[in-house]
Amino acid sequence: MTELYDAPVAARDDNAPVIDAQDIRIWYGSERGPVKAVDGVSFSLRKGEILGLVGESGCGKSTIGRGLLGLLPPGAEMDGALRFKGEDLLALPKKEMFAKRGAELGMIFQEPLTRLNPLMRISEHFEETLRTHEKSIGKEEIQRRALEVLRLMGIPPTRYRSYPHEFSGGMRQRLMIALALVLRPAFVVADEPTTALDVLVEAQIIRILHSLRSEFETSLLLITHNLGIIAEACDRVAVMYAGEIVEIGDAREVFSDPQHPYTRELLRSTISLSTTGLNFIPGAPPDLVNPPTGCHFHPRCPDAMNICATRHPVQHAMPNGTRVQCWAADLAHGRAPDLTEDDTAPLVREEISVADEA
Amino acid sequence: MSSGSGSLPRYIAQRLLLMIPMIWLIVTMVFILLRVAPGDPVTAAVGGKLNEEALDARRAALGLDRPLIVQYLDYLGDIATLDFGKTISDNRPITSIIVDNGGATLSLTIGAFAFALLMGIPLGLLAGRYRDSAGDVVIRIFGVVSYAAPIFFIGLLMQIWVAGPLGLPTSDIASPITKFQVEPVTHILLLDAIIAGDTESTVDVLKHHVLPCFTLGLLLSGVFIRLVRVNLLMTLKGDYVEAARARGIPERYVIRRHAFRNALVPVITVLGLQVALTLSGALLTESTFNWPGLGTQLIDYLTARDYAAVQGLVTFFAVVVVVVSLLVDVINAAIDPRVRY
Repeated sequence: MTELYDAPVAARDDNAPVIDAQDIRIWYGSERGPVKAVDGVSFSLRKGEILGLVGESGCGKSTIGRGLLGLLPPGAEMDGALRFKGEDLLALPKKEMFAKRGAELGMIFQEPLTRLNPLMRISEHFEETLRTHEKSIGKEEIQRRALEVLRLMGIPPTRYRSYPHEFSGGMRQRLMIALALVLRPAFVVADEPTTALDVLVEAQIIRILHSLRSEFETSLLLITHNLGIIAEACDRVAVMYAGEIVEIGDAREVFSDPQHPYTRELLRSTISLSTTGLNFIPGAPPDLVNPPTGCHFHPRCPDAMNICATRHPVQHAMPNGTRVQCWAADLAHGRAPDLTEDDTAPLVREEISVADEA
Repeated sequence: MSSGSGSLPRYIAQRLLLMIPMIWLIVTMVFILLRVAPGDPVTAAVGGKLNEEALDARRAALGLDRPLIVQYLDYLGDIATLDFGKTISDNRPITSIIVDNGGATLSLTIGAFAFALLMGIPLGLLAGRYRDSAGDVVIRIFGVVSYAAPIFFIGLLMQIWVAGPLGLPTSDIASPITKFQVEPVTHILLLDAIIAGDTESTVDVLKHHVLPCFTLGLLLSGVFIRLVRVNLLMTLKGDYVEAARARGIPERYVIRRHAFRNALVPVITVLGLQVALTLSGALLTESTFNWPGLGTQLIDYLTARDYAAVQGLVTFFAVVVVVVSLLVDVINAAIDPRVRY
């Protein structure tokens, strides 16, 4: 399947990708068998690019983020090809991976309130991080560099020696960002960085993340379930469903002209001031131990055809430059010429009852 | 949220003030409980040996013929001036019992805590670090058994199986010669022996401490093993531990700086809570090892049904527990900045 994912979408320049993930699979062991949390995901990010990763809870977004940094819990297996600046991260010895983490690959987490050690001053967090990666760094140099990033995050230098509990939630997330950026990593994963914060603070954090490319030239993988954040901050967006990327492309294209029925339904479910009725996608995300045959989305898809229930669709480039994994989109744009009339007939199935959803 | 400045001196002052109602409550409880018990102290202590007039005279001398409220206020006044009263059976001031025998109990409990922490913390950390390994299972079983085993039983085992091979004494705090030779200065025999500069006596006293302290320490170590293990497992799953790993901090530093330290904070709190358990354990240890501490005194006066002595000693024990928990809270506040609100 690898050959289908080769070229990054809409390459605007010849910059080599900072991070290049091909056919990533991450399985967790469970009593019922392997949970295919991530099943053949491919994407790449160029310098300073922001890729948004959206999807429902449990679709494998956070697992990818942790997998890229080698932070998967024991019992998880990861496979595929993961290159960072051309270097194969999956083949890297554990020790070298530790050296990369923090220095070249950063991570910003969801819950800023519990991510700082309550017994350590902010200054000690910076000292520890900088000393780990630059053994001979002096105390003054540490302070100079820490205060520099803190200033960019709007934290006054007077707070440098404070304890984590003396900061608000928004400030703590800015501290976490500062801590992730003090070593200027080339690639940062932000895993739902604003979920625990209120709307005003959210906007502030998104502005900061958006400005990272100019200040630090950081490539950012922004994991979220908030489509508004993607629209505001991201260059490209990847929509995930049941461990797979079903649609990936330029954020504006995906939002204005979604090709995959799931993306379309997700966008329709967004609540705004002009919302008159609540839209939702019937059914629940599938079981990742035994995913549905064919397209994983077909049991909930409004456009499902007979073929969707039997054959898994492959990713194809669409005329607007996005790549989509959907039989209906293939059919609409002539990407699947060999489908028979029976294949394309609407799928007959039992109505999804309320009881099934519960 | 309080707008407290978070300063340590202010916190200590607050806690000191809170101590007053706490001690008052305990003192009142002890007073009421002993008055509720049937029979009066004088009859209980020396009844049958003296005639009725003599007993009345004794009661009058102790002020027991006065109304309860007067006795109560009088008692409160005495406590406030650190006067715990006198025993009925041998007319000894409680304060002198505390001075003479408190030292032995103090050195016993401190030694026990030292053993408990020396065994409990490393074993707990080891068990938590290598969770579910064979070592973890062995340590956990050790923790449960040492906590559940009765002190007099462990003490007996020590006296029969351990004392002989190691050449350790099984009774008393020192040999009679040492006791005779060492000048009482602090009334803590070990310190007195050190002050006297008498190496032989110091070694003798230390040897006498080993088995009783170990026996009592074993009981406490079970508490610390389980506490430290569970805390470490919780901290290792903590968000800031994962965040530290994500910053590339090597695993051994993550465990040492982020997990161990944070897992040990509750130990100090529990240490304070265990003081009460230790004192009751000390009672049993003292009688098992014939230790000349407050515990043996309390048991002796209980057997003699000397209510005044029991009241004074129990009050003293209670005050000790309150003072120690205050100390623990202050230490906690010094270590964990979040407490100071």
